[in-house]
Amino acid sequence: MDISRDHALELLRDMIRIRRLEEKSAELYSKQKIRGFLHLYIGEEAVGVGAMHALREDDNIVATYREHGQALVRGIPAAQIMAEMYGKANGCSGGRGGSMHLFSAERNFYGGHAIVGGGLPIAVGLALADKMKGQSRVTACFFGDGATDEGEFHESLNLAALWQLPVLFLCENNEYAMGTALWRHVSDRNIANNPPAYGVPADSVNGMDVVAVERAVHNEAELVRETSKPRFLELKTYRFRAHSMYDAELYRSKEEVDEHKKDDPIEGFQKRLLKEGLVEQSDIDTIEDAAAKEIADAVEFAEQGEWEPIEDITRHTYARNLS
Amino acid sequence: MTEFLMPSLGADMTAGTLAKWRVATGDTVQHGDIIAEVETDKGIIEVEVFESGVVQRLLVSEGERVPVGTALAEIGTRGLGIGPSGTGSEPEAGVILSHGASDVPLGGPMASPAVRRKAHELDVSLGRVRGSGEQGRITLDDVRSAALPAAASSERVRISPYARRIAAERGVDVSVLRGTGPGGAIQASDVLSAKAAPPSKPASSAERMQNAIAAAMTRANDEIPHYYVEHTIDMGNALAWLKEVNATLGVSERLVSGVLVLRAVARALQKHKKLNATWQAGKVVPSDEVHVGMAVSLRGGGLVAPALRNTNQGSLSDLMARMTDLVSRARAGALRSSEMTSATTTVTSLGERGVEAVTPIIFPPQIAIVGCGATLERPWVVGGQVVARPVMRVTLGGDHRVSNGHEGARFLSALDRLLQEPEEL
Amino acid sequence: MTTYRDAVRTALQTLLREDKRAFLMGEDVGRYGGPYAVSKGLLEEFGEERVRDTPLCESTFVGAGIGAALGGMRPIVEVMTVNFSLLALDQVVNNAAVMRYMSGGQFQVPIVVRMATGGGKQIAAQHSHSLENWYAHIPGIKVLAPATVQDAHDMLLAAVEDPDPVFVFEHQMLYGIDGELDTTATPPSPWKALVRRSGTDVSLIAYGGSMHKALGAAEELGKGGISAEVVDLRSLRPLDRGTLLDSVRRTHRAVVIDEAWKTGSLASEISAILAEDAFYDLDAPIERVCTLEVPMPYAKHLEEAAIPQVDRIVDAAKRSMGGD
Repeated sequence: MDISRDHALELLRDMIRIRRLEEKSAELYSKQKIRGFLHLYIGEEAVGVGAMHALREDDNIVATYREHGQALVRGIPAAQIMAEMYGKANGCSGGRGGSMHLFSAERNFYGGHAIVGGGLPIAVGLALADKMKGQSRVTACFFGDGATDEGEFHESLNLAALWQLPVLFLCENNEYAMGTALWRHVSDRNIANNPPAYGVPADSVNGMDVVAVERAVHNEAELVRETSKPRFLELKTYRFRAHSMYDAELYRSKEEVDEHKKDDPIEGFQKRLLKEGLVEQSDIDTIEDAAAKEIADAVEFAEQGEWEPIEDITRHTYARNLS
Repeated sequence: MTEFLMPSLGADMTAGTLAKWRVATGDTVQHGDIIAEVETDKGIIEVEVFESGVVQRLLVSEGERVPVGTALAEIGTRGLGIGPSGTGSEPEAGVILSHGASDVPLGGPMASPAVRRKAHELDVSLGRVRGSGEQGRITLDDVRSAALPAAASSERVRISPYARRIAAERGVDVSVLRGTGPGGAIQASDVLSAKAAPPSKPASSAERMQNAIAAAMTRANDEIPHYYVEHTIDMGNALAWLKEVNATLGVSERLVSGVLVLRAVARALQKHKKLNATWQAGKVVPSDEVHVGMAVSLRGGGLVAPALRNTNQGSLSDLMARMTDLVSRARAGALRSSEMTSATTTVTSLGERGVEAVTPIIFPPQIAIVGCGATLERPWVVGGQVVARPVMRVTLGGDHRVSNGHEGARFLSALDRLLQEPEEL
Repeated sequence: MTTYRDAVRTALQTLLREDKRAFLMGEDVGRYGGPYAVSKGLLEEFGEERVRDTPLCESTFVGAGIGAALGGMRPIVEVMTVNFSLLALDQVVNNAAVMRYMSGGQFQVPIVVRMATGGGKQIAAQHSHSLENWYAHIPGIKVLAPATVQDAHDMLLAAVEDPDPVFVFEHQMLYGIDGELDTTATPPSPWKALVRRSGTDVSLIAYGGSMHKALGAAEELGKGGISAEVVDLRSLRPLDRGTLLDSVRRTHRAVVIDEAWKTGSLASEISAILAEDAFYDLDAPIERVCTLEVPMPYAKHLEEAAIPQVDRIVDAAKRSMGGD
């Protein structure tokens, strides 16, 4: 593997941090500390980690409701993410959004969107603004395979290509749109066939391999940056948990899930690194300990956080309260 | 020792069924192990445990449906716990039982503590409420309905809100107006063109009160055939007892003789129920509860006779405190409607004015009234000797439709007896 | 004297000249010169970057407008008519309206969306809707309905300045009307209603395309001895309760004219406000004059009968006056 030890540890650490954050979120949800909907990224960590490491700090990110991984790696503190899921005022969206709507203006993290496909036009618009202002930024837009069914996917590809906007469309294909398998909701299972019809170059990568993801996203992002033209990358991945916390997974077999678990991005990466002697078990232990502490501190932060006073409920409806 | 609780497995899950236990008591579990299968609306979900330890007790049986958050099992940190086996044990404290009829039986009408609280809050006498619940239980709604004032029986006049407002301001009687507004409703111009009533000074509250008293007394005089029975009561024992008791009390807690009289009247009424009733729509309506009204004169003229509710209950000190409170509220105009309407008999005492006796008029719809004069030193005969004793003349006015002189006399005798043993009051 | 459409164009020119962040985007705004000729000449003056013809993808070009606003621009998105805006409702309701609130105040969406609205040109059921009330229903956005030439100019300038999403409804029957335009005067706040004609007997409350009909009705009522006051709502969200209540408290009667269907309309909302806060001042039931509850018919006489006209407004006012 052509990767330095330090960087390998970085990638591994971030994947493990996401995994532990998600596991703790699941636990807290069943204890009713986190409410509403909770969509876990377990199994897909390589996509979030690889992609976010490949993008630059000032690139714009638009993501879906399954965005804890991207948010964490982008740099939103686990504490603020946890507090947001609790609904506390010290959450990254002030407690106003919850798990599905993590936002961070200072980190160019534009959410956290719950309408499938709804973020794509926003990404197009952000790229439009950058282009008009002469900024060479990439707007990376994450969405799932389900979004490729929506009209806005096709409209956005068309518009981005037509106006030559620097959007990197990142399709996290985990083979299910909620409970409907890929082959049941798309007429052409090869999603990467769509974008070229609009003049958007498309590629595919194994989303369970963090190194491959990072390389692919980096290449695509640089092309977008240079050409100021949109590009599309399909990341083939799989989620090990249900669509959301309240899903009995009637639509797929345990055997299928177990089969995919053999490709666990974290275990797979760890094994390779250990085998090649790039890391030692003690490194992994250190990472796990640090992650455990980070998550424990995040929970503490959330527990201690205040609830927004009800008197402030109308704040931020408008720039100034209408009276 | 920690508890494994029924987890929330979704935004709208409120309860789940423990479909199957995957562990038994004594099993060791690790964080992340599947401990049970829970059935929800969406299907069976395997549930993991977040603690590690040994299963001490299973608290919920397979097939049982419990709310989210209910304790399902106890997990100990070491060794096997002692306890009943895991299957089918009775639900423990963690399982929520449905609230059955856990009412505190207070006697009287069937009503739960919550209903009693509401009745107390709304000043509704439960004895007067008809229960619409199971087996005549009184419900919250029954209490609320009883608290509402009787609906006005006047026919509704079709008039715009604006017209009604100015009609009120001008003292125009809208019932005689012809409306020219939409749908024949009375509108503002109809009011404005009507002859306004001669501007009369609105009656002062004192005038209004006087008018009300006049109306009530006229009615009493017209409708109630009064009979009177009079008696003189030796108050020596009562006053001596009071002196003793008051010596041990602080100034603000001291009892006055009036409170003894009120309590004695109340007790006497309990025995002589015919005098504890009201006359409504041509019939006697007896009351299980005793609410003695106290005539209170107001500064600036005027008279009210609010009820000291449940005068027969509680300690004398309580009654004293309530009486003091009632009088001050009466003078401040802060009486509750129940106090104004629930008296079953009234006591009017002119003792403070120094007169010997009063022959009072009954306040309708009551059917009796007790008038007390001052307690004065008078020559009395005790053991054949003439001595000076403090005596009080009491006059009972009774409604002859309901009771007669005999019953009145028995009542006054009872009153006398009660006041001879003040320590029993 | 200027026309309404020219007044809008003048405002667009001012904006494009003076604010580098502003740009116009929509179907046929460029080469076609605008479907209502509002943007005629703007492409030539400002170029393709500032005057952008979009493909037919309402959802995505409104969404892109939201994204551009998030990214610091001041996009003026033209959706040809409110009828086509339905395709973009998700972006409006789930993005534009909520972004500030949902992010805890971190982001703002200073987008302006202009739409033609209303019926009266026999373009039938899919092209004649008045759905201002759907937009005025949503917290987080603002809604304006300029009825006069002056307002068509002033309100657009104010809307683009505003940090919140603003939806401007231009009734298609108004584009050709003439009126005075003074670009130098300080405009009144766009968020206030204005009394266009003072009166004492009844308040005729209207907005957009119905406002001039209300004025016409007031004229006719005046001849019959009824003094009608005409209130132009101007802002539909927020509604100017103060001016509304002040008028009805003086006249004691209200007739609300709204080209939308009566059920769930802004006329209903205004009636509720009056019932809540002017109940004791009302001398007659509130009258609502709205489009009949039918899809807009094509035939001229049917369309005329469906939409509120001067005679229906006059009748409603007379009914509220009572009399024999």
